[in-house]
Amino acid sequence: MNGGVATLPHARRRENGPDGGPPVLAGRVVEFVRLARAQHFRVGIQEAKDALDVAARVDLLDQRQLRWGLRSLLCSNAADWARFDQFFDYFWLRPNRRKVALPLSADRFAPSASSTYASREAPPEARREKDGEDTLERVGASRRDVLTRSDFSLSQLNADTRELEQWIEQVARRMRKRLLRRYQIRASGHRLHLRRTVRRSLRYGGLPLDLILQERRRELPRLVLITDVSRSMNVYSYFFLRFARGIIDAFQDTEAFAFHTRLIHVTDTLKERDSHRLKEKLAWISAGWGGGTRIGESLQTFNHDYARRLVGSRTFVFIMSDGYDTGQPELLAQQVQQIKRRARRVIWLNPLLGREDYVPSAEGIRAVLPYLDLFAPAHSLESLMKIEDMLVRL
Amino acid sequence: MTAFADTDELCRRMEQAGYITENSLAVSLMLMSQLNRPLLVEGDAGVGKTEIAKALASAYGCELIRLQCYEGLDVNAAVYEWNYQRQLLAIKMQETEARSVADKERHVFGENYLLRRPLLQAISRPRSPVLLIDEVDRADEEFEAYLLEVLADYQISIPELGTIKATSIPYVLLTSNGTRELSDALRRRCLYHYIDYPDYNKELRIVLKHIPAIEERLAGQIVSFVQKLRKQELQKRPGTAETLDWAAALVKMDIASLDSNPAVIADTLVCLLKTRDDQAALPPTVTARLLAQSV
Repeated sequence: MNGGVATLPHARRRENGPDGGPPVLAGRVVEFVRLARAQHFRVGIQEAKDALDVAARVDLLDQRQLRWGLRSLLCSNAADWARFDQFFDYFWLRPNRRKVALPLSADRFAPSASSTYASREAPPEARREKDGEDTLERVGASRRDVLTRSDFSLSQLNADTRELEQWIEQVARRMRKRLLRRYQIRASGHRLHLRRTVRRSLRYGGLPLDLILQERRRELPRLVLITDVSRSMNVYSYFFLRFARGIIDAFQDTEAFAFHTRLIHVTDTLKERDSHRLKEKLAWISAGWGGGTRIGESLQTFNHDYARRLVGSRTFVFIMSDGYDTGQPELLAQQVQQIKRRARRVIWLNPLLGREDYVPSAEGIRAVLPYLDLFAPAHSLESLMKIEDMLVRL
Repeated sequence: MTAFADTDELCRRMEQAGYITENSLAVSLMLMSQLNRPLLVEGDAGVGKTEIAKALASAYGCELIRLQCYEGLDVNAAVYEWNYQRQLLAIKMQETEARSVADKERHVFGENYLLRRPLLQAISRPRSPVLLIDEVDRADEEFEAYLLEVLADYQISIPELGTIKATSIPYVLLTSNGTRELSDALRRRCLYHYIDYPDYNKELRIVLKHIPAIEERLAGQIVSFVQKLRKQELQKRPGTAETLDWAAALVKMDIASLDSNPAVIADTLVCLLKTRDDQAALPPTVTARLLAQSV
C-alpha cells in the first residue's frame, strides 16, 4: 500500500474545507462522528475536528487507514475497541448496511440494566409499598425505636418500608463520616516538608530550626458490596440493595454486585435517580430468579472479572448472604480466601445471625469463617448501626 | 519532527528496532505525532506495550524518557524536586555574604538547584523525546488529574520559578493494565490502541527476530503450543514475553523439537505458567496432549 499518512495532508486542503478533505467526505465524517456519539463512544468537539483531520491525512484509497485512524481517535477503552469495526462497517460499507445490525452500546463492564429492568413489571412487593406510602404519617421517637429493632423480614409485612429505607441510607452516610474521620486522625502523620523547611531555614543561615511537617494524604477506603438475591434471602435482599445504594451515594468509590446463580454488576442500576424507577429495579433484582444459590461460582466470576481492578489494599469487601449454597463449600472457601488475599478487610453480613436459635451450620459458611475479618448479623437497622461501630474499630 | 514517507516506512523502522509492527498500530503512532495527542495503549500483561515505546524512540532516533507509575507517585518523583542538600550547602556558604534574604532565596531556588524528574525532562528537551508513562492505572486519581493538565498544555508551574513551557512536545505513550479504571477525561484526551495477543504468524516472526539462534521448526512448534495454551482457562495467560523466555530456555537446553524429552519440557513450562493455580490447572495429560497437537 502506498499509504501516505504523512505526505498527503496539505496537498488535500481546499479553500472551502477548513480541515481539508473533499467536502463530501467531510460531511460523511461529521455524520459518522455524530452517530458515534449517539452510540456512546466518548466523542467531543475536539474529536470531531480531529476526525476531519484524520480523514484529510489518511490515504483515502485505502479504506483500512481511515478505519484504523478513526478507531484510534474515537475509541477510549477495550469495549469500544471491540465494537468499533462492526460500527464502522455499518456506516461506511453501504451494501452491508441492511445486513449488519447496529451494535448495542452495552458496555461490557456495566450491563445497561436500566432499560431491561424498567420495562419489566414490578413484583408485588414494590406495588404494595407504593400503596402503603400514603398511610404513613408522622414518626415519633418510640415508633422509630420499634422500627430500628424489628427484623427486616417482618417490616415488609407492615407499611414501614419507606421510613426504613430512609434510615438505611442515613446509616450508610454516617458510616462514611465515621470511616473518613478515622482516616483523618490516622493521617496526621509526621513527614518533613523539605521544601518549606529549607526555605524557612534561610533566615537562620541554613539551620533547619523550624521543621515544617506535612500531613499524609488521606485515602478513602473503597467498598465493594456483593449481595445475595437468591430466594432464601428474598425478604432481606431488598433492604441490602437499598443499603448498597446509600453507600454508593456516600462513597464515590463503591461498586455493587448482586448474585443468585450468577453475578451481575449493579452499581449503575443503583445510581438511578428517579425513585419510582429505582424501586422497580431494586424489587426486580431482589425478587431473585429462584433455582438455588451459587455463591462459590458467583464469587469466582467476581475474582476472575473484577477483583483485579477493584480489590486492593484499601478495599473493604462486604458479602451479604445467608450462606445457603447449593454449590461446593470448597469452591466457596477457596474464592473467599482469594478475595481475602487481595482485600484489606472481608466482611460477611448474615441476616440469620440475628435469630437467637441460629448457629452457622451451613457447610459453606463454616468453610469461609477463617477468612473473614468480621462475621456479623444484619437483620435490622440496629444491627447495621452496630456494624458501623465494628468497622471503625477493625 | 521526523517525518516518515508512510506507515510502511514506520513499520520497517520499528522492525529494525526489533518490534514487529502491524499497520494499524503504525497508523495510531502516526496520528499521535501528527495530532500531538498522547496514545493510550491497553492490553493484557506481556503483549509488548512497553516495547512499543522503546522501538519508537529508536525508530525516531530520539531519547526515551520513562515514568513508571505506582501507588503514591507524587509530583516530587514525577515532575521536579529541589536539591535540598545543595541548597543547604549554598545557604551555609552565603552566610557571610551581605546579601538580603530575598536575594539569597532567589539564588537557592534557581534552576541550578532543580532536579528534573521525567515529566519535566520530557518537555524541556531541544528535540522531542518519546515519553513513556508506564502503567498509569497504578498512580492515584490526583496524579492522573495532574498528568491530564500537563498533557493538555505542555507546561509545568513551579511556584518558586514560574511556569516552564515546553521547548518541544514529546511523543507521549501511556500504558495501562486495567488495575483501576482511568478517568473519562484522560481517556478522551488520548488516542487509543488495544493490543491483542499476536496471531500465529506474527508471533512466529517475533520469536525468529528475537532469538536468531532458534530453528524455524522448533519456533513454529513453540508458537503453536503457546497459542493453544492461551485458549485454556488460565488465571494469567502467557504473553509474548513468556513465549520468548520459553523459547530461549529451550534453545539453551539444546532441545530441537517439542516431541523429544517430554519430562524436561514439562519442567520448562514454568516459563509460561506463572501462578500455582495455573500450574495445577494443567495436569501432565493436558500438556502432553497440547504438545502432541503442536508438533
